[in-house]
Amino acid sequence: MPDNLIENAMGRMIPTEINGKKIIPFMGLGKHIPEGRKYGPQIFSSVNYPADGNKVVPSLKDALIKCGLRDGMTVSTHHHLRNGDLVTNEIFRIASEIGIKDLVWFPSASFPCHEPIIEYLENGTIDHIEGSMNGPLGRFTSQGRMKGTGVLRSHGGRYQAVQDGEVRIDIAVIAAPTSDPFGNSNGLYGPSACGGLGYALADYQYADRVIILTDNLVPFPCFPMQIVGNYVDFVVEVERIGIPEKIVSGTTRITRSPDRLYLADLTARFCDEAGLIRDGFSFQTGAGGTSLAIGENFHRILKSRGIKARFVSGGSTQYISNMLKDGCLDYLLDAQTFDLESVRSMRENPNHVATSIFNCYNYHGKGNYTTMMDIVILGATEVDVNFNGNVVTHSDGYLLHGIGGWQNALFGRNVILPIPLFRDRIPVIRDEVTTLCGPGELIDVIVTERGIAINPLRVDLIEKMKGSDLPIKTIHELKEEAERICGKSKTAEFEDRIIAAIKWVDGTVIDVVRQVRE
Amino acid sequence: MGKTGTAGNKDKRVRSDCFVEIELTEMGGIEIDLKSKVIKLYREAILDLCMEELRFFGIENAKVIIEDHGALPFILEARIEAAVKMCLDTDREFLPEMIPENLYHTEKERFRRSRLYLPGNTPSYMINAGIHKPDGIILDLEDAVAPSKKGEAKILVRNALRHINFYGAERMVRINQIPMGLDDLDYVIPHNVNVVLIPKCESAEQILEVDEQILRISRENDVHNPVYLMPIIESALGVVKAFEIASSSENIVSLAIGLEDYTADVGTQRTIEGRESFFARSQVVNAARAAGVQPIDSVFSDVADTEALKKTIIESKSLGFEGMGCIHPRQINIIHKYYAPNEAEIEKAKMIIEAFYEAEQKGMGVVSLGSKMIDPPVVKRALRTMEYAVKAGKCPKDWRKVDA
Repeated sequence: MPDNLIENAMGRMIPTEINGKKIIPFMGLGKHIPEGRKYGPQIFSSVNYPADGNKVVPSLKDALIKCGLRDGMTVSTHHHLRNGDLVTNEIFRIASEIGIKDLVWFPSASFPCHEPIIEYLENGTIDHIEGSMNGPLGRFTSQGRMKGTGVLRSHGGRYQAVQDGEVRIDIAVIAAPTSDPFGNSNGLYGPSACGGLGYALADYQYADRVIILTDNLVPFPCFPMQIVGNYVDFVVEVERIGIPEKIVSGTTRITRSPDRLYLADLTARFCDEAGLIRDGFSFQTGAGGTSLAIGENFHRILKSRGIKARFVSGGSTQYISNMLKDGCLDYLLDAQTFDLESVRSMRENPNHVATSIFNCYNYHGKGNYTTMMDIVILGATEVDVNFNGNVVTHSDGYLLHGIGGWQNALFGRNVILPIPLFRDRIPVIRDEVTTLCGPGELIDVIVTERGIAINPLRVDLIEKMKGSDLPIKTIHELKEEAERICGKSKTAEFEDRIIAAIKWVDGTVIDVVRQVRE
Repeated sequence: MGKTGTAGNKDKRVRSDCFVEIELTEMGGIEIDLKSKVIKLYREAILDLCMEELRFFGIENAKVIIEDHGALPFILEARIEAAVKMCLDTDREFLPEMIPENLYHTEKERFRRSRLYLPGNTPSYMINAGIHKPDGIILDLEDAVAPSKKGEAKILVRNALRHINFYGAERMVRINQIPMGLDDLDYVIPHNVNVVLIPKCESAEQILEVDEQILRISRENDVHNPVYLMPIIESALGVVKAFEIASSSENIVSLAIGLEDYTADVGTQRTIEGRESFFARSQVVNAARAAGVQPIDSVFSDVADTEALKKTIIESKSLGFEGMGCIHPRQINIIHKYYAPNEAEIEKAKMIIEAFYEAEQKGMGVVSLGSKMIDPPVVKRALRTMEYAVKAGKCPKDWRKVDA
């Protein structure tokens, strides 16, 4: 454990080094502007690749060996196969079998299906994970059982880290539902179809070596080329890369919980009364049940007034696709397709456009879409009286979720968090978040079933909501109400050992997570 | 082995509840085996509460098992008390704070369009019930509680009445059938219940028994708030005696009908068209109106079928009912919307009220609209229609100014 702790701009104590690398402490919003040039991948020569375009090798093991897999390398994967991913565990099984040690796994997200990774963390094949640590992996990490220190980044932060040369991917293993022998591939067709492959952008463009793993090898050329074969080293055909029913949910569904529906109603009414829903506005909601219900409420309001949203960005669902079809929305900028109805809509509706998530989420670029978004709906495990948010740990201290696009989406114009005042007995609004993932300056409104709190920085919204019938309260009032109902809870207890770092979108460290005292 | 008591629920799906087992022992003090999904945050709080409560009941030696699924303190307290009371005989009650928000009374004439049934032994449904703004919430001790759970449900309902904020909804309890239900009253009357629902009511005597019991408990506990009654007619005999029941006590505010049991009693089945219960419903409306109380319709039990619910409400309103029961929060807004007066009713009510004010201004004793004379009850009814229209958002509060 590093002895040197320093205080960052949020008052959090963080080490000066993580996994032996110097870090930059969070300096405040917009304060850290890096200089220099982006990281460039190696130069390759096509002389070294087969002229017939056939890059197929017999097995993943062959491919990994040909890529020069050795101790301490960074291996990346994407999460488009979600909880049906059969590829990742196999990579590390092979690495373990051939006695490789101290790898860094760099996934764009992890899922419960990755629980077997624990075995390879325990036997030393993997040193640590840089990515989300969900469910069982999070618990394992929180117990201090991972050798190295985990690093959590947002989707945009992952792209930033690769571009800035902070993370160098030695080998990217890209599961592709369809590919040709040259490596041109996509996620649209084949038995393990998953839609796009957008999260693998940094992986295939920046990794030293790229392996495509497919269960649907087609003759050259494979269209569309979501991944361009010119970046690919090897192609491996396997029997199965994923479990279809765990890859795409056939349908996404609006919540049926009356309490969540009420929260969705309250959120939509707030947006409406605050004047945020107007002709030409834009928004982003997730695919969670409450978010979907909020989108439906927006749709109803637009339809009843005969006005339109200009664009919706982010994940697409049947509900948003329907809004497009219905004439209540001009453009659906789709970075992640959540259900089959949306897959169909994207095929048939020219205004349902596939876009890269990094158009919205790339912080070290020349602007991005998120700052143009009028309404962004997000969740949180905890929020504090300063509007700071936590999305990775629970109040008992365990690391259980990844950051996803949450930090990136905080840059929307009006960031609204519909959350329950308490879950079971645990208040969601607290004196201080257990882990700081996003500064309160960026979180504008907290909507709970028992009241709505507006960030005091948003004088304009507070002014607009004067005289409203909606239950507008202060964040302190909400916190006290939760404590009155639940009883004051203790805060989580930690050991000194730092088990993970939370990166901000600019690559600085905003907080760390410590081992839970058990 | 000493005496053992258990209370609460421990199924895997259980939320906001706990299971408590207490075994009285001869010595060794109090041993608590606590499992909780919130243990990191509330371990001491739960143990302290348990010790305090056991001491309150004079228990010094016991083995206690608590399996907690995030129960709020008043729920834990109810479960511990219920388990204690299975081990020893005591009249003492470990009462949670009566929160000041719960000290409101209601009016006889208040709207009773929707009343949300909440199973009396399932705390997770109760906690957020008030946010959905039904006119009334019913903590149900009768059909929604298994016979073996009746005892612990009474204690939970008592604690809920004291400690859950229902945000202005009328606080109702459905007691068990008389005579068994008379014992339930001790657990609700001292805790500011607004309305007691009396199920399967078949005679005026039953009402009088309830009235008497309430009077006794009120006197003993120095309770002064009004406690209204809502008898529910659920049998052929009840329908026959509807007027006798409705007019039996001045504390009765509404007469409700329960069609699930009624249709079974007369040997038929409930349909969406409802022809089988046309007579019974009309009789209840008629009896209620004759006695000057509100006629209230049965619950509609297919939660998913909102279209059928709408039709049922429109029919119910046309028969003269003023409201109905709900078993799911999503039914509440539909009920409020479709019982609300329609445009024609609103226009007519406005004209009647205008005529009334005009007559009053001119000092005329008789109100007339066109060639028709208007009686005071009609004016009163029109005022209520407008109050309803405002409440349902169909008219601005100051509609008289706006229209002028």
